[in-house]
Amino acid sequence: MNLDWSYMIDQIPLYKKALILTIKLAFWGILLSTIIGLICSIIQYSKVKVLRNIVQGYIELSRNTPLLIQLFFLYYGLPKMGITIEAELCAIIGLAFLGGSYMTEALRAGIEAVPVTQIETAKAIGLSNSQLIRYILLPQAVTSSVPALGANCIFLLKETSIFSGIAILELTNTTKDLIGMFYKTNESLLMLVIGYLIILLPMSLLLSWLERRVRHAEFGY
Amino acid sequence: MSEATPLLQVKKLVKKYNNKTILNGIDLTVDKGKVIVILGPSGCGKSTLLRCLNGLEDIQDGSILFAGQELIDPKVSWQKIRQQIGMVFQSYDLFPNMTVLENVLLGPIKVQKRDRAEALAQARELLQRVDLADRENDYPRQLSGGQKQRIAIVRALCMNPEIMLFDEVTASLDPEMVREVLNVILQLASQGMTMVIVTHEMNFARSVADEIIFLDNGNICEAGHPEDFFNNPQTDRAKQFLNILQF
Repeated sequence: MNLDWSYMIDQIPLYKKALILTIKLAFWGILLSTIIGLICSIIQYSKVKVLRNIVQGYIELSRNTPLLIQLFFLYYGLPKMGITIEAELCAIIGLAFLGGSYMTEALRAGIEAVPVTQIETAKAIGLSNSQLIRYILLPQAVTSSVPALGANCIFLLKETSIFSGIAILELTNTTKDLIGMFYKTNESLLMLVIGYLIILLPMSLLLSWLERRVRHAEFGY
Repeated sequence: MSEATPLLQVKKLVKKYNNKTILNGIDLTVDKGKVIVILGPSGCGKSTLLRCLNGLEDIQDGSILFAGQELIDPKVSWQKIRQQIGMVFQSYDLFPNMTVLENVLLGPIKVQKRDRAEALAQARELLQRVDLADRENDYPRQLSGGQKQRIAIVRALCMNPEIMLFDEVTASLDPEMVREVLNVILQLASQGMTMVIVTHEMNFARSVADEIIFLDNGNICEAGHPEDFFNNPQTDRAKQFLNILQF
């Protein structure tokens, strides 16, 4: 297979731009997802029924609709109701909306994995509910959730490719544009794969390192 | 509190799980400085009784008075009461994400809002007393079961409780570790700490108790001085229970 190397080198600046945009959108999306996840998982642990039902409704809605449709709603639907949000913000909101539910579920599993006896002991010492969550529940829950949270980060990063549906020039959309213009399909797709690997490989390594670190610090194995 | 008011008084306590009666009208009085040991076969409700005293189980009927104050009242904050009732569990449950010292200081500093230096001094003194002063910066995973249990006792003591509840604290330890933990409890008894102890260690019960309560099937079968109970049990159920120990 003959690859047009000079073409590929010429496109590096465009890919670099797309790569940076992808990282930026993913970063904000994942950060917001995690915050939503923390809040929602604590609400689910709490006993306030109304709030729990709202969170449950959000989770079902978010997990059972495709990201592309969520983005279409934000990008094409909301302006019809008079709310216009620029594309990049739509992307971040969409990713956070999707990721929030996955993060919630990952953390919920972690919270459920904290032994009841730990919670009873904390109560016996006289900790209030908020202290219990802060000092006992969350530190232990996050630790056992780290693998699932990491998997979610990787999943959400790959979901950024859907942003091509709302005219954001991230890696996938850039590649589609270039293929349309120059018909250098093989070269463009190779660059695309390399682009994702540049982000995802270090991220995977970082996450498995973090997993080992946290497990050891917390449970000693 | 007048001298006559018992520190802890339980009246006609009834506990049910889905219509299954676990405790069927328990009366219990714990005077200040006394050690009550609750004995009985597994599943008789010993641990449940202890958990009720700390508000970890809700009760269906009866009342619990702590220093004369009724606790079975929606207005009572268990969170406040628990600071005066220390409890130690079978599974020790040190917090794995904290060092020994952090475990011990969590209650005094975060809950009781005490001065750090003062709480630290007390924590160190207590750790010294259970021979674990050199382990204050270790994590629970680095300790043996007996060490963990002694730390759990220190953690409860550091809150300066009025009364200590021990729920089968030696049940998951090997004999040597049982010894080291029981020694700590004996030491507490000699210092006049009020305690309610659930245990299966009969010799220990005999030597530490001021009163033995024998529980079976959710009822108090027999209550009395340890020597009377062990030498001359009155009920058939208690005789049968003690006979099993002879072999």
